Amino acid sequence: MNYHWNWHIYWELSPDAQGTYFHSLLVGLGWTLATALAAWIIALVLGSVLGVMRTTPSKWAVKLGNAYVELFRNIPLLVQMFLWYFVLPEIVPGGIGTWIKQMPPPWGAYIPAVLCLGFFTAARVSEQVRAGIQSLPRGQNMAGTALGLTLPQTYRYVLLPMAFRIILPPLTSEFMNIIKNSSVALTIGLVELTAAARSMQEFSFQVFEAFTAATTIYILVNVIVVFGMRRVERKVNVPGFIGPAVKVEAGH
Amino acid sequence: MLGQFDFNVIERSIGYLFREGMTFTLTLTALAVTGGIFFGTLLAMMRLSPIKPLSAFAGAYVNLMRSVPLVLVIFWFYFLVPYIGAWIVGSPQPIQVGAFYSSVITFTLFEAAYYCEIMRAGIQSVSRGQVWAGYALGLNYWQTMGKIVLPQAFRNMLPILLTQSIILFQDTSLVYVLSITDFLGAASKVAQRDGRLVEMYLFAALVYFVICFVGSQLVKRLQTRIAIIR
Repeated sequence: MNYHWNWHIYWELSPDAQGTYFHSLLVGLGWTLATALAAWIIALVLGSVLGVMRTTPSKWAVKLGNAYVELFRNIPLLVQMFLWYFVLPEIVPGGIGTWIKQMPPPWGAYIPAVLCLGFFTAARVSEQVRAGIQSLPRGQNMAGTALGLTLPQTYRYVLLPMAFRIILPPLTSEFMNIIKNSSVALTIGLVELTAAARSMQEFSFQVFEAFTAATTIYILVNVIVVFGMRRVERKVNVPGFIGPAVKVEAGH
Repeated sequence: MLGQFDFNVIERSIGYLFREGMTFTLTLTALAVTGGIFFGTLLAMMRLSPIKPLSAFAGAYVNLMRSVPLVLVIFWFYFLVPYIGAWIVGSPQPIQVGAFYSSVITFTLFEAAYYCEIMRAGIQSVSRGQVWAGYALGLNYWQTMGKIVLPQAFRNMLPILLTQSIILFQDTSLVYVLSITDFLGAASKVAQRDGRLVEMYLFAALVYFVICFVGSQLVKRLQTRIAIIR
């Protein structure tokens, strides 16, 4: 093999005149985290609402929630990204469409990416929330009713506090997924971490150094998230309560 | 709006989309599912092995693959495979692998990590007593695994394996980043050539939706049919 290794490449100036290659990678990481966190807020709020809807006695709420999940789970993320970026500005009324298209970079790519990831992950979060609520014994719901709580109160004070504690581990892995999936936004021109590594590779021809750096950063982020969430889990843990065994699931 | 929809562009390109694009997507999916389940099962056996180096290697591999985005893995293998190929055949220059084989290798090795976790749970779902019974009958490790544990593990995990395969089918659209003509790649090429982004991307979304929705409904039905009542 005659690959020319150059591990000092990170400290060389990148042609975009912003600083070293290392600096561009860090900026990329910043965009990855900014995208993932903003999308996570959408996913968590919308996913919780949908998840709760799917456990209520109301038939149409269940149907609506199910339809949402089927729609967003059965279209590839990349296609959804294109729909938000290319198709949405065309099918909304003219003025808004032009306004979306004229957004200055990087917002023109950032906002569709956040919306896409948020709505996509909301479907997955809602599955977890629903599973969490349904894993609670039926008696908890009945106890709430017996105490004279209304349905929203039962959810607020009885079911959800327990359900969210139960689904913390799967939510952690969904959060990790959203960080990883934010790399799909490079297809619509958002320079997040993977795109930063890719452009470093194109400018410097140091393929493996660029991808090694990105891989290492992703692993570090992963480790930090797992560590942080474990602390959160310990902090909110209800004494004497053992969560159900972790179930395997398909994922990406 | 919908009035300006040009359904003709879909009609004109539908042959190309399915003959070129969907064939690629389905071939890639089939090869990657087969390879992924094969290597995933091997990895799961390694991960559960009492031999420390084997389980450590499998664990490290699975954790690495699962913490890195697929797009980055696609780039890694696209550049790495020619060098590995050169190293295997002893050629001084990186060899030409081609986008197809590169993506088959990528998806097989990436999805193997996900299938490994599923198969690990499947193997662990078979009770220990069955393994001991196998050994007590004088079967060796491979016979116990092949005749007793794995058939039950596959049966228990079949719905999840199939769901993962549907996700894999969706994920193959990411070969777009290598400008390969898979189904989405073909749709995107037509879209850009004719300036018909709205129609082509909506059509692509619809096709993916129909295939995956029907697939997941079938998996749901299968799940209720093959469930073992204990």
